[in-house]
Amino acid sequence: MGLTLDFLALSPYAGELARGLVTTVVLTVVTTLSGLMLAIVVAYLKVHAATWVRRILGGYVELTRNTPFIVQLFFIFFGLPAFGIKIDAITAAFLAMTLNLAAYTAEILRAGIEATGRGQLEAARTLGMSKLQSYRHVVLVPAFARIYPALTSQCIIVMLGSAVVSQISVFDLTFAANFIQSRNFRSFEAYLLVTLVYLLLAVGMRQLFLLVGRRLFAFRQGGLA
Amino acid sequence: MTLVCVKDLHKSFGDLEVLKGVDLDVAPGEVVAIIGRSGSGKSTLLRCLNQLEQHDGGDIEIAGQRLDADAMAPSDLSRNVGMVFQSFNLFPHKTVGENVMLAPVVVRGVDKLEAARVAREVLDKVGMLEKFDAYPAQLSGGQQQRVAIARALAMKPKVLLCDEVTSALDPELVGEVLRVLEALAEEGMTLILVTHEMKFAHDVADRVVFMHHGRIHEQGDPKTLFNHPSTPELKQFISAVL
Amino acid sequence: MIEFTLWDIVRNLLLAARWTIVLSLIAFIGGASLGLLFTVLRLSGNRLLKVMIGIYVDVFQGTPLLMQLFLAYFGTAALGFNVSAWAAASIALTLFTSAFLCDIWRGCLEAVPRGQWHASRVLGMDYLQTMRHVILPQALRLSVPPTVGFSVQVIKGTALASVIGFVELTKAGTMLNNATFAPFTIFALVALIYFALCYPLSRYSRYLERRLYDAGMR
Repeated sequence: MGLTLDFLALSPYAGELARGLVTTVVLTVVTTLSGLMLAIVVAYLKVHAATWVRRILGGYVELTRNTPFIVQLFFIFFGLPAFGIKIDAITAAFLAMTLNLAAYTAEILRAGIEATGRGQLEAARTLGMSKLQSYRHVVLVPAFARIYPALTSQCIIVMLGSAVVSQISVFDLTFAANFIQSRNFRSFEAYLLVTLVYLLLAVGMRQLFLLVGRRLFAFRQGGLA
Repeated sequence: MTLVCVKDLHKSFGDLEVLKGVDLDVAPGEVVAIIGRSGSGKSTLLRCLNQLEQHDGGDIEIAGQRLDADAMAPSDLSRNVGMVFQSFNLFPHKTVGENVMLAPVVVRGVDKLEAARVAREVLDKVGMLEKFDAYPAQLSGGQQQRVAIARALAMKPKVLLCDEVTSALDPELVGEVLRVLEALAEEGMTLILVTHEMKFAHDVADRVVFMHHGRIHEQGDPKTLFNHPSTPELKQFISAVL
Repeated sequence: MIEFTLWDIVRNLLLAARWTIVLSLIAFIGGASLGLLFTVLRLSGNRLLKVMIGIYVDVFQGTPLLMQLFLAYFGTAALGFNVSAWAAASIALTLFTSAFLCDIWRGCLEAVPRGQWHASRVLGMDYLQTMRHVILPQALRLSVPPTVGFSVQVIKGTALASVIGFVELTKAGTMLNNATFAPFTIFALVALIYFALCYPLSRYSRYLERRLYDAGMR
C-alpha cells in the first residue's frame, strides 16, 4: 500500500477544476441574491398576508428546514418532470438552492424584523407610511444588520451544500473531483484538493461578507438604538 | 375657529377605560400643555389624535377632517398631524438628512432636490443643519430629539403633537429641546404637548389642561391654573410636582 | 419487472428509514462524546490544544459534508485502508457532529455573563469551583435547545451517506425510483418521512428555547 500523495497527477485536469470552480461560484452568487430577494418577500408576507397565504408559506419554510437538501434537489429534478415541468440540471440546482436559502433566511429575517422597536413603526406610521413602505424603508435594513452574522453563516452553508448538485450531474467542484478520480484513480488527492478549495471559498466568503457588511451597516458605529 | 375638535372621546384597553369622555378644542396657533399623573390618559389622548390608537367612541376632527382609521390610509392621517416621541425613534440606518427627507419623498412623492431643500430648512430651524450627514448613533439625545422635531416639521403638519419629548433626556439636554419648541410656538405653530416640565407649561403654553382619571378635570390659562387651582386634585398634583 | 404497489414503496422506505435513525444515533452519540471531549480540552487552558481544536472546528464547518464523506470512504480506500460505507459514514458524520457541537457548546459557555466569573472570584472560588458550581450549570441550561436543534442537522446529514452507497432512506428512494419510475411519489414520501423525523425535534428545540427565554425574562 502506497501512502504517497501525488498532487501532480491532478495537473492535467486544471481545466476541469476551473470549470467546476466557476460553476460553484456562479451558483453561489446567483442563489445568494435570488434567495435573499425571495426571503425578503416571504418574510413580509409571513407577517402581513392573509391567513391562508401565511399558512402555505409556513408549510414551505418548515418543509424545507426539516428535510435534507439532497431530497429537495431530487424532488425538483426527478419529481417535477412527472408533472410535465421539464427542467435541466443546472436550473434544478438554482431552484433548489434558492428555495432552500430563502426558507432559512426568511426565518432568520423574521427574528430580525420582530426585534424592530415599536417606536420605529409608530414613527413611520405617524409620518404617513404604509406597511409596505415602512417595511422597505424603516424595518428591513436594521433587521438585516441585526441578523447579518447568522445570514453570513447561512449563505456559506448553502455554498457548501451545493456540493450535492454534483449528484444530478451539474459540473461543479465536486463533480470535477469525481470526474478526475474516475480518470486517474487518485481519489484522495482529488478530494483533498477540492476540499481545500471549498475551505478557501468559505473563508473568502466570510471575509467578503464582513467587508460588505462594514460598508452596508456603517450606521451602526456608536451602537444601534 | 378650531383646528382640533375632540368631542366626548372614549377609549378602553380591555376592561380598563382610559378616556371617559374628553372634549377639547384647539385653535390654530394655540399651544396646549396637557398635564396629569401617569395613567390619567394624557398620552392615550395624544395617541388617539394621530390614530396610533383608535378611539371607541366620540369624534375627532382635525382641520375639518373627521378621523376614522378604518376609512383612511396612513398617508391621509399624516397630512395634518405630526408627532414627536419620548424616545425619538429616529431611523438608525438613515442619516439625519435622510431621516427628514424620507417621508416627504416616499409618502408625498416630493422630488429629492425639493425634499433636501426642505430638510435643510427645517434642520436649520432646530439648529441641526451641520449634522446633515451624521447618523443618529453619533448624536446626543437632545440632538436626536431636535432632528425628530425637524422630521415631523418636514411634513408641514398643521398641528404638532409632543409626547413627553424631554422625559428620556439627561437634565442638561432638556433645555435645547424646549428652546426649539418655544421658538416654534412663537412662530405660530399649533402645539399639543404632554409634558412634565411645569415651568415650560407655565411660560410657553396658552392653555394648560389637567387630566385626571380619563377626563379633563380642569383647564385654563397657565397663570390662573398654577397659582389658583380650583380643584383639590390639581392642588395636590401641583404641590407634588413643584 | 416487479410491480410495486404504493404500500410496497412505503414499506421499503420505512424499513430503510431504520438505518437513517441508527446512523443518526451513532453520529449524534459519537459526535456528542467527541465534542464534549474537545470542549473540555479547550477549557484545559493549553493554548496549542485550543488552537488545534479551533482549526478542527473551522475545517469541518468550512467544508462540505459530502467531501468529508468522500474522503472518509474513497480517500481512505485509495490509501490502502478498506472501510465499509457503514464505517465511513459513521466516522465522517461523527467528526462532523463533534465539530458543530463543540462550537455550539463553546458559545453557551461564553454566553454566561462575565460578571458571574467576577462574582465567584470575589467569593473566593477558584477556577474549577467556579466552573462546576456557577458556569457549567448555567451553560448546560443554555445548551439544550441548540443541541436538540442540531440533531435535526445530523438526521438531514445522514442523507448524504446515500452518495457513498449506504442504503438508508434517501438511497432507498433513488433505488425505488430506478425500479418504479414514480419519482414524484417516491421523493415526496422520502421528504415526508424525513419531515416526520425532524419536525418534532425542531418544534421541541424551539419550545425549549422559548421556555429558556421566558425564564430569563422573569
